[in-house]
Amino acid sequence: MPKSYRDGLPITPDKFIDQLMRLKRGSISRRDFLGLTGLGVATAVMARELGIMPTPAYAAENLGDRMSIATWPNYHDPQTFENFKAETGVAVEVNVFGSNEEMLAKLQAGGSGWSLFVPTNYTISTYKKLGIIEPLDMAKLTNFDGKSEDARFTAEGTIDGTIYAVPKNWGTTGFAVNTKKLAKPMSSWKEFWDTAMAEADGRTMVHDYQLTTIGNALKYYGYSFNSLKQDELAKAEELLLKVKPHLFAVSSDYQPAMRAGDAWMTMCWTNDGAQLHRDIPEIAYVLGKEGGEIWTDFYAIPKDAPNKPAGYALLNYLMNPKVAVKEHLANGAPSTDARVNALLPKEVLDNPILYPAADLLKPLEFGAAATLTDPGRAELMARFKSA
Amino acid sequence: MPAGSQPAFSMRRSLFRKNLVTALLLAPAAVWLVVFLVLPFVAIAIFSVGERAPEGGYQAALTLAQYANLPARATAFWNTMVLAPAGALACLLVAYPVAYYLALRAPQRWRLILLALIVIPFWTSLLMRTYAWMYILGGRGIPALLAYVGIEDLRLINTPGAVLLGIVYGYLPLMILPIYVSLERLDRRLLEASADLGATPLSTFLSVTLRLSLPGVMTGFSLVMILLLGEYLIPTLLGGGKVFFIGNALVDLFLQSRNWPFGSAIAITLVLVSVVVLIVANRISTRLSGARRVDLI
Repeated sequence: MPKSYRDGLPITPDKFIDQLMRLKRGSISRRDFLGLTGLGVATAVMARELGIMPTPAYAAENLGDRMSIATWPNYHDPQTFENFKAETGVAVEVNVFGSNEEMLAKLQAGGSGWSLFVPTNYTISTYKKLGIIEPLDMAKLTNFDGKSEDARFTAEGTIDGTIYAVPKNWGTTGFAVNTKKLAKPMSSWKEFWDTAMAEADGRTMVHDYQLTTIGNALKYYGYSFNSLKQDELAKAEELLLKVKPHLFAVSSDYQPAMRAGDAWMTMCWTNDGAQLHRDIPEIAYVLGKEGGEIWTDFYAIPKDAPNKPAGYALLNYLMNPKVAVKEHLANGAPSTDARVNALLPKEVLDNPILYPAADLLKPLEFGAAATLTDPGRAELMARFKSA
Repeated sequence: MPAGSQPAFSMRRSLFRKNLVTALLLAPAAVWLVVFLVLPFVAIAIFSVGERAPEGGYQAALTLAQYANLPARATAFWNTMVLAPAGALACLLVAYPVAYYLALRAPQRWRLILLALIVIPFWTSLLMRTYAWMYILGGRGIPALLAYVGIEDLRLINTPGAVLLGIVYGYLPLMILPIYVSLERLDRRLLEASADLGATPLSTFLSVTLRLSLPGVMTGFSLVMILLLGEYLIPTLLGGGKVFFIGNALVDLFLQSRNWPFGSAIAITLVLVSVVVLIVANRISTRLSGARRVDLI
């Protein structure tokens, strides 16, 4: 289910009103005129069909006029898809998800309709095992350069020497705090959970996602983020059930509530932390010193993708460092690609939210594939949510 | 040729034609029900005796283990069994006075407009209307207004009260309309007779008006309650994923833990519970109204 009405809107309400008022005044730019009347598309289509204006990069294959991508909330620069549409004529429909489980469930059921999606590192081996994703045809991804990728983050996209997924960006899972409401400095998951039951009572959010919610509860006791041990999970469950009545919400779409001031503290991914801090400086991003999650999100193409040519075209487009750099500036997650880092301004590379100190990164763990399909963790999550 | 054979023949023919017309009229609904209700139901029944595949999904088997596991969602069933009747009751308490006013008190020329005002919001999707409430109850809505008059940090969204409000708002027309219909058909002479025989307005209301509108009340009540048994949208959006209905358990089982067999077993159980609710409601309303048959259900 899309998490916010704004996701996938072709235009923001503000822009719509702006445009409407401008039209009322009788002023219209050439681009708007062509866009509004459809003359632009008509001309472009006719030009292409008649061979007057061939689009060289995409001329070889028919890309169709629409495709669909599955990704995370607030994860892309909407302008990227606009530009892609302007260049190729393919409109991109964006579906957002709150957990990898949800994406896997849709793909397992079949007929998801996606031609590109954004799975996290630890899920790729399962997708490959289930035969849901296909080996990438690297000849179609000329913009990708394996040599410029940071191997720490990209290993899980390649299985037995075959590339199934290419990295989008990496990041961490920490928590965001509204320091105006919660002034005391925090630096650990223990403080996160304790504060949730005290000063932040009724104002704390946790992800609707077993990996991070259970994983960070495990960190309260210093256990592994990925633990599947019965006794350790039992302790985590005890904590989660104790915290449950004090929570504001169990949801992975926490930006709206943090921005509105309804929630004061939330489990948070790097990119959301960076966006929140950029717009509301009093919202800080904290990594638990006990550890937690480090992750890489990848792009992959489902085997049953209805529009593979467009999926490849968009993926190749996104791998272009000039495009990718805009994505990183908008979504705030650090890139795995040295070519992109070279283009990023210094203040971004110095941002401790994106590039935490080495001693904070060291205890972090990548999610383990077994947690994705473990029925024990799934049932624990269900008991937590229904409590 | 005997004189009587002609009419008999044409009667047979007209009977045949009548049957054909009936069959043709029923065919679309029958096809629809088979394809979209019976077949999926059979599929779910088959899933429910299966097993979860190691990576999630369905794996063929013949076991009742999923049904034996139902107590694992006892809390979700309990929440639903409490909140569905409570929501329907809250809806009823709001809807009855409105329906009463519309049917018996509102001036004739206003009636149609007022009815339209009740129905028109229903044309917008429930999702949209619930999202609107998210913003009204959220920090930038009512709490922001209250902050102006000095009431700080009030939290309305993601509370059971917000869920109840969303339920009442979302399903109100479904409660008002059946009650309105039953009140509108009320024979006014009965009220006059009751008054003539010395009854107070209150006892007239209790023993005549309320009595005769009970079929509408029960129709509205069971309609709202059955929809609430499967509700998951409103608790998710206005309850912040903390108020957990059986509908939410179903969504999670299919969309998160991918345990299709267990989800199917719960779905089957939910259907059976709904049928029981429907039968009980029907019995009650038949007995209360003293009538043999009740409209709509």
